[in-house]
Amino acid sequence: MTESSREPVVIRIRGLRTQFGRQVVHENLDLDIHRGEVVAIVGGSGSGKTTLVREVLTLTRPAGGSIQVFGQEVADGSAKAQSLLARRSGVLFQQGALFTSLTIQQNVAVPLREHTGLDRDLIDHIARLKIALAGLPANAAWKYPAQLSGGMIKRASLARALALDPELLFLDEPSAGLDPVSANALDELILQLKDSLKLTVVMVTHDLDSLWRVTDRVAFLGERRVLAYDAMKALSRNDHPLIKAYFGGPRGRAAQGAEETAWKPESVIPS
Amino acid sequence: MSDTAETARELVAVDSPPAPASVRLDGDTPRCVGAWTVAGIQGLSGRLAGLPWPQGSVMLDGGGIDALDTAGALVLIDTVAELRERGCNVGLSGLRPSHQSLLDLVSEHVQTVREAAAAEPNQPWLARVGQGTVARFSEGGNFLAFIGETTVVMLGSLLRPWRIRWTALAVVVQNAGLTALPIVGLLTFLIGVVIAYQGGTLLSTYGANIFIVDLVAIAMVRELAPLLAAIIVAGRTGSAFTAQIGTMNVTEEVDALRTIGINPFEILVLPKVLGLMISLPLLSIFADVMSVFGGMVVAKFLLGVDFGIFLDRVPEVVSGISFVYGLAKTPVFAAIIAGVGCYQGFKVSGGADSVGRQTTQSVVQSIFLVIIANALFAVAIGGRGLYD
Repeated sequence: MTESSREPVVIRIRGLRTQFGRQVVHENLDLDIHRGEVVAIVGGSGSGKTTLVREVLTLTRPAGGSIQVFGQEVADGSAKAQSLLARRSGVLFQQGALFTSLTIQQNVAVPLREHTGLDRDLIDHIARLKIALAGLPANAAWKYPAQLSGGMIKRASLARALALDPELLFLDEPSAGLDPVSANALDELILQLKDSLKLTVVMVTHDLDSLWRVTDRVAFLGERRVLAYDAMKALSRNDHPLIKAYFGGPRGRAAQGAEETAWKPESVIPS
Repeated sequence: MSDTAETARELVAVDSPPAPASVRLDGDTPRCVGAWTVAGIQGLSGRLAGLPWPQGSVMLDGGGIDALDTAGALVLIDTVAELRERGCNVGLSGLRPSHQSLLDLVSEHVQTVREAAAAEPNQPWLARVGQGTVARFSEGGNFLAFIGETTVVMLGSLLRPWRIRWTALAVVVQNAGLTALPIVGLLTFLIGVVIAYQGGTLLSTYGANIFIVDLVAIAMVRELAPLLAAIIVAGRTGSAFTAQIGTMNVTEEVDALRTIGINPFEILVLPKVLGLMISLPLLSIFADVMSVFGGMVVAKFLLGVDFGIFLDRVPEVVSGISFVYGLAKTPVFAAIIAGVGCYQGFKVSGGADSVGRQTTQSVVQSIFLVIIANALFAVAIGGRGLYD
């Protein structure tokens, strides 16, 4: 296993069962995510990737099984679990989910206002730092979400997710809808933050370039469970037909080729 | 599992509150200690500048920092910057490599943070007044343009009735008319009861009990029943029109209709206007019946006017003109409610906040305009149809 498996487990999922009506999405699903890891959850459409993340965030209640985050059981959706997640994790939603009535700076300040006793000026100051870290230009702080492009909304939402410097970051399709340059910059930012903050990142993504570049391990969901959970290199050689089909297409091979030959992040983005 | 015990121990350690960030003077060397994190810097802000910093060259030691996050790094950078401004020659040393890299990451962005603070839009009040005025006037123009476009589409559709979306129209008639029957019936019944009760007490002191019929029937049929029905529909259906079109606008469904080649007016506005112009008169007649019934109940039990006598007198006091006058107003009310509801829906931009604002606007404006229109009708008809 990887060296990160010596780190403590941040998320431990055991025997998870999810059911919508008669449709069983997960059955007996196990997954461990260690501190400092960047883990991607992949799988075909409808394999329950986003649902899995929503269950960890207590937004959807599983039908059975256990989910522990920082050693606290969260599958029951108790108030204690919710407060723990609110303080120690950040979420980037697929559509951004920014509050439309607030400026970007106010959006980023919301978690800081709610969970810290810092004074207003410092909160605004920190909020502007997160906006800058997320790669937005200076004047974006004063704009409303409706005035931003899709890519900028993603970044603003990332800034809000990072507001409290959470130890655990959930990203739902972070690079979807971003241009390649922005997507690369986002990958780079995630790597930087992960190293500096010992951030644990759980991402749902279809972006094969991101999978190769930023993830430590990839959990492949299929047949209602985790079919394989491994580093990208090993996963791409996995013989399971579903996994082969996923990574074996022309896009998968292109991303792999790019990673294995010339593509080094340092050469693309000077640090 | 062998690692469970260790895991538990470490996680508890993470859970325990960190020692707050502070700066300790160790001889001549200020040492930063504690957790310079968003949780640890709570008590720090504002106190740093007041510390008895040494003059001249200062070497800040960061070796004692237990934990650092971007918020803590920002405060550290700000502190160093402020000391430099005072003329101190400040250096920072002893940071752990991981803390140093985080500090570097944050300092790369400090310039943008300063620019963002300076970029705060600051408009003088005169400019805001001007913008507000222009917005109000252009709002009037936009509403006229909307009425114009609706009229053009409506005339075009009436000339070619097979182009009218009959299904959408039927849905509107059902949702705005049929399902509104219980609430309209109950409320107008109660108003009929109240009017008869309040007026009846007075009438009975003069022994003029029979005039309860005049009071209830004329007031209700000519004025109150159509108005109440319109107000209920404005709150119930006008708001729904705005919320529906507004949300469709936000999710680009309206644009999708345009690109497919469907005029949004034809499919969204016209069925609503026509459907409401059909349902509101019907609701109004129902309201007439229910409110007069309310008055009848009170008349029987409070004033001793039997149902038979009451009903015999209704056609004598409610002239054809009064009934038609009460009914003829309602298609106008319906056009106002549907028009304002749809117009406000198209004005929605951005997101949830805007949907709420325009829905409020829609209800307020349509009730306002309905009452104004009602007053104009009253002035126009005068006393015609009353006892002549």
